[in-house]
Amino acid sequence: MSVLVFVESHDGHFKKPALEAVYYGSQLSKSLNTKCVALVLGSADNSASLGKYGAAKVIHINEVSLNNFDSQVFASVVEQIAKSEDASVIVLSHSSNGKSLEGRLAVKFNAGSVAGANALPDIQNGFKVTKSVYSGKAVITYDLTSPVKIISVMGNSLTPQIVGDDCSVETVSVNIPSSKIKVKEVKRVSGQIPLPEAEKVVSAGRGLKGPENWGIIEDLAAVLGATTACSRPVADADWRPHHEHVGQTGIAIRPNLYIAIGISGAIQHLAGVNNSKVIVVINKDAEAPFFKAADYGVVGDLFEIVPKLTEAVKKFKAQH
Amino acid sequence: MKILVCVSKTPDTTAKISFNGDNTEFNAAGVQFIMNPYDEWYALVKALEIQESLGGSVTIINVGGPDNETIIRKGLAIGAESAVRINAEPKSAMFTAYQIAQYAKENAFDLILLGKETIDFNGAEVGAMIAEYLDLPFLSFVNNMTLNGNLATTSREIEGGSEIAEVELPFVASAAKDLAQQRIPNMRGIMMAKSKPLVVVEPAPFNEVTITKHFELPAAKTSVKMVDADDMEELVRLLHEEAKVI
Repeated sequence: MSVLVFVESHDGHFKKPALEAVYYGSQLSKSLNTKCVALVLGSADNSASLGKYGAAKVIHINEVSLNNFDSQVFASVVEQIAKSEDASVIVLSHSSNGKSLEGRLAVKFNAGSVAGANALPDIQNGFKVTKSVYSGKAVITYDLTSPVKIISVMGNSLTPQIVGDDCSVETVSVNIPSSKIKVKEVKRVSGQIPLPEAEKVVSAGRGLKGPENWGIIEDLAAVLGATTACSRPVADADWRPHHEHVGQTGIAIRPNLYIAIGISGAIQHLAGVNNSKVIVVINKDAEAPFFKAADYGVVGDLFEIVPKLTEAVKKFKAQH
Repeated sequence: MKILVCVSKTPDTTAKISFNGDNTEFNAAGVQFIMNPYDEWYALVKALEIQESLGGSVTIINVGGPDNETIIRKGLAIGAESAVRINAEPKSAMFTAYQIAQYAKENAFDLILLGKETIDFNGAEVGAMIAEYLDLPFLSFVNNMTLNGNLATTSREIEGGSEIAEVELPFVASAAKDLAQQRIPNMRGIMMAKSKPLVVVEPAPFNEVTITKHFELPAAKTSVKMVDADDMEELVRLLHEEAKVI
């Protein structure tokens, strides 16, 4: 038996959600008294390093035909490996590719699945997995009753720890079906950490009054090592690009730190951010609904407060 | 061009969430339900745009009880030609996908569209599951699609960017923001919707393996700690020492 983790690589690198999935799989394999096998498809550097996060071994199939993602092709390969490794649980990241793969694998194995688990399963009595639902307003507990179970792990649900050393890497021969999807181009916005992966996010809304004022937001984000985001009205007015829009119809995020500046906190915005661990709200209106969802609040003129906060963070960084 | 659009019913975002029966089921009393926005605004409208330019038909399908017909009729009012309701309360993503796939197998479609996820459970599994049951390609989070004969060029959201791909019909795609622009049903659409066909199909037997045990409401947030606007060093200290996030 084993816990098989599908590990995504981006341009050859493993990002935090991938390491979280490996660590989650390794912790789960411990409680199940079995081993954690990491599966890497396509090009990736240093796949042996996944051993540090608890993988007992890595299976790396480095074929050019696996460099572009096609859920149909990848699901077939994961299925073959899951069978040869006798996997009882398949773990994935709850990422755009992980989500597509999860649905297909659930059907292939007639498996119970949880998309976006927020904690390790409780295996004392059944196989219980929790996830956050209804925009963070409730938590659901599922019991998976099938022989094979599939879990995708919500980002920032646990902090990957170094628990071992580099492990062995093997390659195996598999049947790779030909893809019906022809990828023409992959465009990535370079520079910032993508919002779904960001641990710190600095977000601003209409309180900024215009796109020309975003410098103070970018300065604060830069000193914190945070990614910038915005509210829907700001994206709709084209003050900021759409990929920065967080909220119900934008991106849902759950960073460790979310700083909301000049955002009143409409429920549609909160729905996308209220799973953040710590929320700081800066707003001139002491009655802004966002303060009810905040951990820390500052009332006042953001044009004065934000530069002061940036300076305070700089001073702190210089001392630590 | 025959297009199937899968639509789901979700509580409105502003709904107060509570549970019945010892926290084992959703309490629908007093809750305003809506068509899942990603299904309505993007998947359905994109299907209608394709039908308007290339001809064909748009059918909507929903898995749910008779109460869901309000939402289904709204889809017909926006412009779908006909609708199917699988008469069962969906218990899991796989149940929903299985029922839709059974219907789609018997009625060959060129394109199956649905929203990228529902706004209540955010699982994003159903599209991939339908594609797997039908052995079709699946493109998720599609924010642009053009058709040239049988060949579709799509753009889909990936972490920190987008991916442009080509795929031939038939396939399944999930719709993200920007795929289309929301349409509001007009009075003529609403009147016409009343006489459009809505077929009710009984569900196929299904063995459930993802069992909902119970729900919990998260602990109430402790009240916000206010920091003086002139003392940002105090905020940094709190974020470091107390919240431990910097």
